[in-house]
Amino acid sequence: MKHLEEFRQVVNQSFGYARQLKKDSGKKIVGYVCSYTPEEVILAAGAHPLRILGTKETIHLADSHLQSYCCSLVRGILEEGLSGRVDFLDGMVFPHTCDSVQRLSDIWRMNIPFGFHLDLILPVKLDTLSAQHYMVDVLQKFRTDLGRALQVDITDEALKKAIRTTNAIRQSIRAIYELRSRNPRLMTGTDLYTLVRASMIMDRDRLNILLAETVAELKVKADREKEDTSLKRIILAGGICNHPDIYPMIENAGGAVVWDDFCTGARYFTELIDEGAEPIARIAGRLINRVVCPAKHIDLDGRARHIIRLVKEKNARGVIFLLLKFCDPHAFDYPDIKKSMDEAGIPVMLLEIDDPIPAEGQLKTRFEAFLEML
Amino acid sequence: MSDIKLELDKRKTKLEKKMQNIMAGYYIDAKMARQNNKKVAWITSGGPVEPLLAMDVIAVYPENHGAMIGASKMGVDLCEKAEAMGYSSDLCSYARADIACCTVNGGPIGGLPEPDMLVCCNNICGSVMKWYEVQARHFKVPLFIYDTPVCHTDYTPEMKRYVEAQTREYFQFLEHETGRKMDIDRLKEIGKNSVEGAQLWQETLDTTMSRPSPMTAFDAFFHLALIVTLRGTPQTLEYYRELRDLMKERSQAGIGAVPKETYRLLWDNLPIWHRMKWLSDKFAEHGACLVADTYTSAWCGIKRELNRDDVIASAAEGYTYSYLNLGTDKMAELVLTMVDKYQVDGIVMHSNRSCRPYSFGQYDLQKIVEREKGIPSLMIEADMVDDRSFSESQVATRIEAFIEMLRQRKGA
Ligand code: SF4
Ligand code: SF4
Repeated sequence: MKHLEEFRQVVNQSFGYARQLKKDSGKKIVGYVCSYTPEEVILAAGAHPLRILGTKETIHLADSHLQSYCCSLVRGILEEGLSGRVDFLDGMVFPHTCDSVQRLSDIWRMNIPFGFHLDLILPVKLDTLSAQHYMVDVLQKFRTDLGRALQVDITDEALKKAIRTTNAIRQSIRAIYELRSRNPRLMTGTDLYTLVRASMIMDRDRLNILLAETVAELKVKADREKEDTSLKRIILAGGICNHPDIYPMIENAGGAVVWDDFCTGARYFTELIDEGAEPIARIAGRLINRVVCPAKHIDLDGRARHIIRLVKEKNARGVIFLLLKFCDPHAFDYPDIKKSMDEAGIPVMLLEIDDPIPAEGQLKTRFEAFLEML
Repeated sequence: MSDIKLELDKRKTKLEKKMQNIMAGYYIDAKMARQNNKKVAWITSGGPVEPLLAMDVIAVYPENHGAMIGASKMGVDLCEKAEAMGYSSDLCSYARADIACCTVNGGPIGGLPEPDMLVCCNNICGSVMKWYEVQARHFKVPLFIYDTPVCHTDYTPEMKRYVEAQTREYFQFLEHETGRKMDIDRLKEIGKNSVEGAQLWQETLDTTMSRPSPMTAFDAFFHLALIVTLRGTPQTLEYYRELRDLMKERSQAGIGAVPKETYRLLWDNLPIWHRMKWLSDKFAEHGACLVADTYTSAWCGIKRELNRDDVIASAAEGYTYSYLNLGTDKMAELVLTMVDKYQVDGIVMHSNRSCRPYSFGQYDLQKIVEREKGIPSLMIEADMVDDRSFSESQVATRIEAFIEMLRQRKGA
């Protein structure tokens, strides 16, 4: 793949990349912590959205603000802030998701000197009219707050343009997922991870071009290559996956990840935004209709149905759940989802992930045992 | 003097008995609801209960049940059962205990009466929503979520519109479930009682301003049950009037809850239900009185708005602007006020593995209190219900070291 190296560099040097982007383009950089952040509003403000996802560095500062029973994502994000590694940020956006992010927002606001701080208190339930109105209201407020913080007027025109950009990005990533789902040999899981991760970091206009070219390239490749039907097709589910090392382990054990239900994966690109008048209401519409995160409520069994549907659609043989330790919303959902999977006859493996992840040998054995069974 | 003490102690014991009787009666009523053609709703501790009472629905509190499970040391067994069902041991132990209890009808009262509906207000945490979703699937009953946006820094007009709309939806939900019309006048009456109950509770808690303090936070944890479960009922008002008067008399007579009160401390976070007596004795042993806490006073704040004429607006704001739904700095401000008000020498913080919204931010709170008030703090690692990780010897050593520090500071 032609652009893979560029994606890799962006992911490996995400903060270096963002600093450089700021210098070169003069754009303001706005950090955010959750896939419910409307990137479109940030883009429409002429700024650059950067998703912060934990840290690879050792934690030594965040521990004096967060107890040991906090997920590594929240702890890692705080560490990046306290260490000053992200001091190039012009601001941070904290959408309300879980209890841990709620307090992360407070602790960040009280301790991090640089950049503005914006809370985006989205509705927690999404299934009522009043919640949907509130979603629109609160996105309007966000538009005003962000505009004020960045000293720009965020126009409808700019929003519409941003929507076109993110729609195109989402369509491309979906196309790549689909091509790869048909023939997993087209691209390794790690490379796919890299590409998706890069799309939360990279300049979106540049990204858009690279992704479109990648889709075209993969299409040609897909026509040439024969599908490998020997692979055991797997779906990954859970919160986030910030551990690309998982993919080769599954692949080496004879499996292929053909889809996922991660907010750093498929949940990030599902649903497009209607292009048309009242762009804020349309952005709200997507946030309500997209595949739901367990920190939000839309119904009682939608997530289980969604994963079962994915298994059928993608012709997968089993599901591996990666649950981040201390992540309440996911841990509460798991037992009933597992029950639904059992009823549907879908084999499930649960892997609780802490930072660092278990030793490779141990994981390998577990993946092998699971895949063996399928 | 000792005659008065004897008499007041006797009254205190009598009152505690009364509380136990009221609670027992309440749970019996709740369990008989079906026979009496009454509906049962499960509701979160910070949730709007007044509309349920106005509709003659019996309100049951799984969190109060969780506290009873913890206090009767049945928590570990139930938590382990939940874990066997697939629930992570890192989840809130009230939720774990409750979820397991439903499948075995275990616990100190043989399980809660089955709900006809669930009412979940997320002004305390997000865990309750996930927990109530589990129960809605289990019991196959309707779930109403009263979504109170977090007030990190303020209660905005957008929030106000949203929560007020939900108050109206809540009424409709109840009308639909009960087949009755909401009686607004009755609701106002109950609301008034709720406010009065909260005021009486505040007055009771405020008797600890005197030296020596007539009661401790451990007493408050015990007496809290009614303001949680039966606020808004005349019975509750009568009970708290008696309790307040008794505490006033004790304070006038100079009778302290702790012999030779030397140190006055403030407790932060939920009680450690499985070690109430042990902790209470430990502190008392050293002349340390826990004169106030952030937990039981949360039920005073909620109600500050409820007595306005516009029931909908005041309920919405009152329930949204509640302690755990505020930013950490706002919570710290309240703690600083309490430090002054109750003249405390130090803070005891329960770092509660079960409760992330209460516990995250405590380290910052600790620094703020030390900086602003120059008083030390003690952090106790525990869990309110699940005592598997609790180490008595370790905690005892830390308490002793803390008291020693207080002693030196007092001496200086
Ligand atoms: S949703 Fe889970 S993983 Fe994400 S920040 Fe919250 S606790 Fe951590
Ligand atoms: S203890 Fe904490 S997490 Fe559990 S229900 Fe109460 S507020 Fe929620």
